[in-house]
Amino acid sequence: MTPLPLDFEQPLLELEKCLDDLISRTPEDTHRISVMQEKLELMRVDLYKNLTPWQRVQIARHPSRPYALDYLERCFTDFVELHGDRCFGDDKAMPAGIARIGKYRCVIIMQQKGRNVKENVLRNFGSPHPEGYRKALRLMRLAEKFSLPVITFIDTPGAYPGIGAEERHIAESIAVNLREMMLLKVPIISVILGEGGSGGALGIGVSDKSLMLENAYYSVISPEGCAAILWKHRKHAPEAAAALKLTAQDLTDLKLIDGIVPEPLGGAHHNASMAATAVRHAIIEALEELEKKSLPDLLEERYAKFRKMGIFSE
Amino acid sequence: MTIFRRPSLKFGAKRKREIPEGLWKKCPQCSEMIHHLALEENLNVCPKCEHHFSLSAKERISTIVDEGSFIEMDSEMSSVDPLEFQGVAAYKERLETYQKKTGLIEAVRTGNAMIGGYPVGLAVMDFQFLAASLGSVVGEKITRIIEESTAARQPIIIISASGGARMYEGALSLMQMAKTSGALARHSEARLPFISILTHPTMGGVTASFAVLGDVILAEPKSMIGFAGPRVIREIAHQDLPEGFQTAEFLLEHGLIDEIVPRAQMRNILITILSLLVEK
Repeated sequence: MTPLPLDFEQPLLELEKCLDDLISRTPEDTHRISVMQEKLELMRVDLYKNLTPWQRVQIARHPSRPYALDYLERCFTDFVELHGDRCFGDDKAMPAGIARIGKYRCVIIMQQKGRNVKENVLRNFGSPHPEGYRKALRLMRLAEKFSLPVITFIDTPGAYPGIGAEERHIAESIAVNLREMMLLKVPIISVILGEGGSGGALGIGVSDKSLMLENAYYSVISPEGCAAILWKHRKHAPEAAAALKLTAQDLTDLKLIDGIVPEPLGGAHHNASMAATAVRHAIIEALEELEKKSLPDLLEERYAKFRKMGIFSE
Repeated sequence: MTIFRRPSLKFGAKRKREIPEGLWKKCPQCSEMIHHLALEENLNVCPKCEHHFSLSAKERISTIVDEGSFIEMDSEMSSVDPLEFQGVAAYKERLETYQKKTGLIEAVRTGNAMIGGYPVGLAVMDFQFLAASLGSVVGEKITRIIEESTAARQPIIIISASGGARMYEGALSLMQMAKTSGALARHSEARLPFISILTHPTMGGVTASFAVLGDVILAEPKSMIGFAGPRVIREIAHQDLPEGFQTAEFLLEHGLIDEIVPRAQMRNILITILSLLVEK
């Protein structure tokens, strides 16, 4: 099934249609067909290699984009889901558990969006409540107890801005994770799969290796939110997306992430298996690297990495 | 055709009665008119209804520390424009405007001080400067005073007021949340006290990082404290917010903060807490 096209993909689609037309009308004209195929390929590469930040945000939010559980299914085995924060409830926007990847046993913590209305009611559009962050911390403690590395899959528009979330102190649940993750005595790997929505993403994102998919974004505020405040209208989201420097390449340049995981041309939704293979490879590579480090080095380097973040003059 | 022309009467500049600005202030809560000297004497708290007006970092420091004991650090550290942020207003221009308007270089003052004879690290945010938003400078200065306090084995006190993370510095601002919280993790690991004081308003990324990590969390009366802005929450919830939602009183009721402390009592309570948590 071809995924739903985005606005900026229209010219590509039209050319594809022309090519199909040509093939069905004059299948014997192999010369013209091959010329057109070549043109189409060039156009495809040109379009996807030069995506604007806003176009990447759209890909990161594409309704067919593989979500955390899709990667779980393709990269991990023996997954046992562990529910609940032992306090108030179980946050379905943040499924988590123990599993195996390659030869490694691990704890896996995910942010999961829904594919349709019913799923989104369950998953709350991938916006966790405080219970999600507290469950995450509970499982990180479990990881520490059994010396298992922690892997987190980040994909959230942001922590949930609701009445219940505030009453149960969503800010505190995130802040405590920021503090506790810094000292957690096992390796932590985070992968931003799609949306890295501000504190909601960072709340499971303090890690030794922060990886980002090629078309994912990581931002202090959504482009729409930023546009509404600074441009006074959400329609300026594309400008805000550019100004915020939120792409994987921008974050690499700012030295805020440690690696970019390549996606299939056009985005992970064009070939989920290929995307998952790249994610699996990147995780295993990171695990191999991190397991060689002594615990004091691991913790010192984690601290030093975040300590260096920030640009100022004095 | 006009025969008579209206004589033009000009008296130069319009005459105005000269009342120096800011001599009297109207209390936004009880509408009382308060003379500025009376207000200052009362720590910027309305004598009639106890409404807490905002305080500059400088004023706040003087209400808390032993006289003359505050030694400021990193006072010259200033923001650059790492993203070359271009919006409706460029970040560089905003910084210059606020520096001129407030006479401040950035939104937090940090340093060492004595409180009741106890040496402490102190960070005080100043809401006048770009809503004391958390950017690289604020994050770095707070991190440094926390680290300095860990090294000196002294308590840290952070007085927060902030609109949240600073958009103009993008993900760099976001990471200040991890950086400051990480420094607090080490301070805490060294078993040193952190007292966090929340003032009006403390929101967003500041609430979701250092501000709520105190061993003891105090708040000024009626301060607004929360993660998301009330307008956003109302839009999403499609219902009215509970009474007093996101006020210090609401959070005391819901178990986030330890105590609400009126400004006039803050120094004394700090001294008592320090005397109980710090071995002399």
